[in-house]
Amino acid sequence: MSFKASRVLVASRNFANDATFEIKVRSGLRLEEGPPVTTVLTREDGLKYYRMMQTVHRMELKADQLYKQKIIRGFCHLCDGQEACCVGLEAGINPTDHLITAYRAHGFTFTRGLSVREILAELTGRKGGCAKGKGGSMHMYAKNFYGGNGIVGAQVLALACKYNGKDEVCLTLYGDGAANQGQIFEAYNMAALWKLPCIFICENNRYGMGTSVERAAASTDYYKRGDFIPGLRVDGMDILCVREATRFAAAYCRSGKGPILMELQTYRYHGHSMSDPGVSYRTREEIQEVRSKSDPIMLLKDRMVNNNLASVEELKEIDVEVRKEIEDAAQFATADPEPPLEELGYHIYSSDPPFEVRGANQWIKFKSVS
Amino acid sequence: MAAVSGLVRRPLQQVSGLLKRRFHRTAPAALQVTVRDAINQGMDEELERDEKVFLLGEEVAQYDGAYKVSRGLWKKYGDKRIIDTPISEMGFAGIAVGAAMAGLRPICEFMTFNFSMQAIDQVINSAAKTYYMSGGLQPVPIVFRGPNGASAGVAAQHSQCFAAWYGHCPGLKVVSPWSSEDAKGLIKSAIRDNNPVVVLENELMYGVPFEFPAEAQSKDFLIPIGKAKIERQGTHITVVSHSRPVGHCLEAATVLSKEGIECEVINMRTIRPMDIETIEASVVKTNHLITVEGGWPQFGVGAEICARIMEGPAFNFLDAPAVRVTGADVPMPYAKILEDNSVPQVKDIIFAIKKTLNI
Repeated sequence: MSFKASRVLVASRNFANDATFEIKVRSGLRLEEGPPVTTVLTREDGLKYYRMMQTVHRMELKADQLYKQKIIRGFCHLCDGQEACCVGLEAGINPTDHLITAYRAHGFTFTRGLSVREILAELTGRKGGCAKGKGGSMHMYAKNFYGGNGIVGAQVLALACKYNGKDEVCLTLYGDGAANQGQIFEAYNMAALWKLPCIFICENNRYGMGTSVERAAASTDYYKRGDFIPGLRVDGMDILCVREATRFAAAYCRSGKGPILMELQTYRYHGHSMSDPGVSYRTREEIQEVRSKSDPIMLLKDRMVNNNLASVEELKEIDVEVRKEIEDAAQFATADPEPPLEELGYHIYSSDPPFEVRGANQWIKFKSVS
Repeated sequence: MAAVSGLVRRPLQQVSGLLKRRFHRTAPAALQVTVRDAINQGMDEELERDEKVFLLGEEVAQYDGAYKVSRGLWKKYGDKRIIDTPISEMGFAGIAVGAAMAGLRPICEFMTFNFSMQAIDQVINSAAKTYYMSGGLQPVPIVFRGPNGASAGVAAQHSQCFAAWYGHCPGLKVVSPWSSEDAKGLIKSAIRDNNPVVVLENELMYGVPFEFPAEAQSKDFLIPIGKAKIERQGTHITVVSHSRPVGHCLEAATVLSKEGIECEVINMRTIRPMDIETIEASVVKTNHLITVEGGWPQFGVGAEICARIMEGPAFNFLDAPAVRVTGADVPMPYAKILEDNSVPQVKDIIFAIKKTLNI
């Protein structure tokens, strides 16, 4: 069979336009009704989510490789295993909504609109990086994406959302470790008091660095920790679950009812960071089990193939394209030059006239431009 | 590590009399100890000596410490003495200060001092000021320790030096070890001190081995808080530093020595209370002064040294203005070329020395 003929064959194969899936929110608090129990996934959306999750996954693996080659330095916290969280959240909100998270942020940087090129080049500290090489892994920003923060806690943008009155919501993310920071409870109180349109999202991947949730939290029901704030516990490995819950939460906030809390139960394959092998506090069997039974990309793929939304070959083609995109981005990220030394002092203040910045001694001066 | 030093200790004690006389010669079995192991040893010995001493912080117990400084301690002392905390700095610092007020002797670890900002109210208001506010009734025998300052590629939020911030506060003692000997002697003194002591370690120094003199191997080896050490004698210029930059100063001194310039390098060891007398005596001798630190220039350690020199007898002996070498006045950038130029390098120290000496 000639190549041309086989392409025609694929094109003429009938895929379903969409399929309906059952989704189950695991638990809820203070909500009379929860998200719907079924959802429709269109072929188009399915392919889009698959591509996005595969891109995040491969991008993280590439970062792992570059770190081991010492081309990426410092801290590097990878989110492979948690792809359904960033892609699912993005699928449930608008680009005009706001999102802020902690340092495990490469996936969100991508889903919020930056290219793999800009992200990898930031990781390698080059001038083509999204923060011009000055921020690194933990400090990436994009439109309506406020990082990438190294010190965990809850910076909430919801006050601005309510103030501006444009029907926007704010997603404030933190992990199971940071869930024990006092400032989150202060934010809960004010968000509820002032009915701010804030979705608090706890990405519970079971371990805060090397400490399991049982050893860190008196209550591991993170979705209940908002107390007077309604909460949802959701399977963070199932992208459709994440999407539906997010849609529900966003609608709740937009209706002016105040904040809501979502706990995404998820898992990271890598250790806490590239300096942590990740096996001193959990077993390899546990990691393997999650990979084989709950991998988010595998779950989506199986659903699409079994419901005739896509073929295995088609998804493999997407894999090949994604791999190429990542390779190209990595090439760029390794070849791009470092930021120029003259710009060391730039961007200290915003909207200010230029001034002089002192270097290592009084004779070394840098110019600072906003 | 304790096992190795135990093996070496016994024969050395037998010849200790001999060694004391031949203090400046290398010991027969020159023991190399990393800064990490020195801190570990110091804490281990104090935990053993006084059961009121305990360690708490993130990942200090079962993970062996984020930087492995507390390796083996949980296995040896158990849950009661080595406590893993949740990620709640303000909370656990408060719990530690309270424990100190009630008579225990906590060692409160901040995974880096950047995270101590989450708890700074407890350090300053609850720990530092209490003995004063209570009219001498309530001491707070607590140690806050952890890595401080720049590391490698960890960017703005993880690279700040807090020497000036904590050194500013009356009621606190602040120490900044450089070598393994410093690290062990100062942590032990800090733990035995009845006041709140901030111990500013350095992540890049943890893995660096130093020769460990015989007396440092003793379980009662202490380095007094508030006393600087002259690491290298010299006649042309006084170079004062603390923590990792001390090593850079010694490197600069070696380079300049070939050109006939002899630098006197002083390792401050303590930020507060500052040993200004040692610095003054040196300036009286050399007539020139530079200070070297990793932190930002404004209101920094060097700024304080310069001010005090002006206020004291050494000012009249200066042949040139004192000069500071510091970190660049920017949040720490990530890209390597920018980061390298944001911390004091050996070349910057040499440049400053030559400028001061008008060479």
